[in-house]
Amino acid sequence: MSPLAALIQRDIRLSWRVGGGAAIGVLFFLSVVVLIPFALGPDLALLRKIGPAILWLGALLASLLTLDRLFLADAEDGSLDLILSSRNSLELVCLAKALAHWLASSIPLIAAAPIIGLLVNLEGGATAAVMLTLLAGTPALTLTGMIGAALAVTLRRGGLLLPLLVLPLSIPVLIFGVIAANAAIAGEGFAAPLSVLCALSLLGLVIGPVAAAASLRQGLD
Amino acid sequence: MPLIDLANPSRFLAFVQRALPWFVAATAIVLAAGLYAAWNAPDDYQQGATVKIMFIHVPNAWLSMFVWGVMSVAALGTLVWRHPLADVAGKAAAPLGAGFTFLALVTGSLWGRPMWGTYWEWDARMTSVLVLFLLYLGIIALWRAVDDPTRAARAAAILTLVGAVNIPIIKFSVDWWNTLHQPASVFRLGGPTIAWSILAPLLIMGLGFMLLFATLHLAAMRNEILKRRIRTLQMMQAASAQAA
Repeated sequence: MSPLAALIQRDIRLSWRVGGGAAIGVLFFLSVVVLIPFALGPDLALLRKIGPAILWLGALLASLLTLDRLFLADAEDGSLDLILSSRNSLELVCLAKALAHWLASSIPLIAAAPIIGLLVNLEGGATAAVMLTLLAGTPALTLTGMIGAALAVTLRRGGLLLPLLVLPLSIPVLIFGVIAANAAIAGEGFAAPLSVLCALSLLGLVIGPVAAAASLRQGLD
Repeated sequence: MPLIDLANPSRFLAFVQRALPWFVAATAIVLAAGLYAAWNAPDDYQQGATVKIMFIHVPNAWLSMFVWGVMSVAALGTLVWRHPLADVAGKAAAPLGAGFTFLALVTGSLWGRPMWGTYWEWDARMTSVLVLFLLYLGIIALWRAVDDPTRAARAAAILTLVGAVNIPIIKFSVDWWNTLHQPASVFRLGGPTIAWSILAPLLIMGLGFMLLFATLHLAAMRNEILKRRIRTLQMMQAASAQAA
């Protein structure tokens, strides 16, 4: 098995163990979506109207929570130093870790969306639309979040700084994700925001690993 | 003295000491001229005298984006060209840029209340400028998070370049999504659409704000160099006290 494939497999396995973070991500997603109706009141029509936005917000915050652990767990037990000193290209390593994070943390969020969508009174077509936009947009969240995670791991108490670094870059993804979901529910104008979401993910695919690798190199030398 | 000599911190400090009074004087003169021209500019046929907030709001907005551009060039200087003073320039510019962005948001909000009836609206231009403000705060926080200025420099330089993607988005957001904030009236293909009697004071104020930024930036760079020297002296003193 190639080193990168081994790294992906290791990361996914570690994420799903106790204390790994992936399960916490789904539970946090559930908590956010449960708390909002408590704050808003049980107006079902209102909840259906803002349902996609609530789901997107929950997914964003849940992925922010799990991004903290992306490099920090490895830095704590020393494996990050081993990874840095290996012969693999650091950019590809970052890409592999982002893929592992997406598979382990974001896919379960998307899979949980139908059940959680029931809590905000979304019906089947709307939930499918939200799931599709999440599928297109969560790679962007993971990749741009990885930049913040790589910067934060080089700092003391970097975890507290991570949301401040990552949120400005995630806001466009959130905006277009909700626009796309609402457009799909309304039945028109879906293609443009979905294309922008895919474009943001592709942009993250290029910028994320390069910036994250540069951050790790400069911070941990 | 060739320009490259300014890369030497001591020579740069000497240059700032000589040049700063001139910069201050030039800023004061141009800003005074701009304010005088703005005071005497005609009222807008629709907005009346309220249009004059524009003479403060627009230069602040221009500077908020320009300063991030300066920081991006400084970031390239740190990462690519290894210029000795590039990181000092970037660190000094960040709080200034945050200040200009904050003033742009506040003056825009105060202008929006009488004009649009709302202090805030989540349209493309305002949202992206708010995101820019958050990016400035993030950069400042990142600078403060690491003790060693040289290590902080590279981390901040990377984040600066990543955030530079936001600048073209702000500039073109009013053209891509025509929501509430008016589209470009000055820097656009086909030339400005503002009458000269209002455009001239605006350009003078813009120049004045640029000089203001240059003055403050030079002073801030000087302060940052002196701070680093103090830090080094303190560390040397602590090391010698420990050894003794």
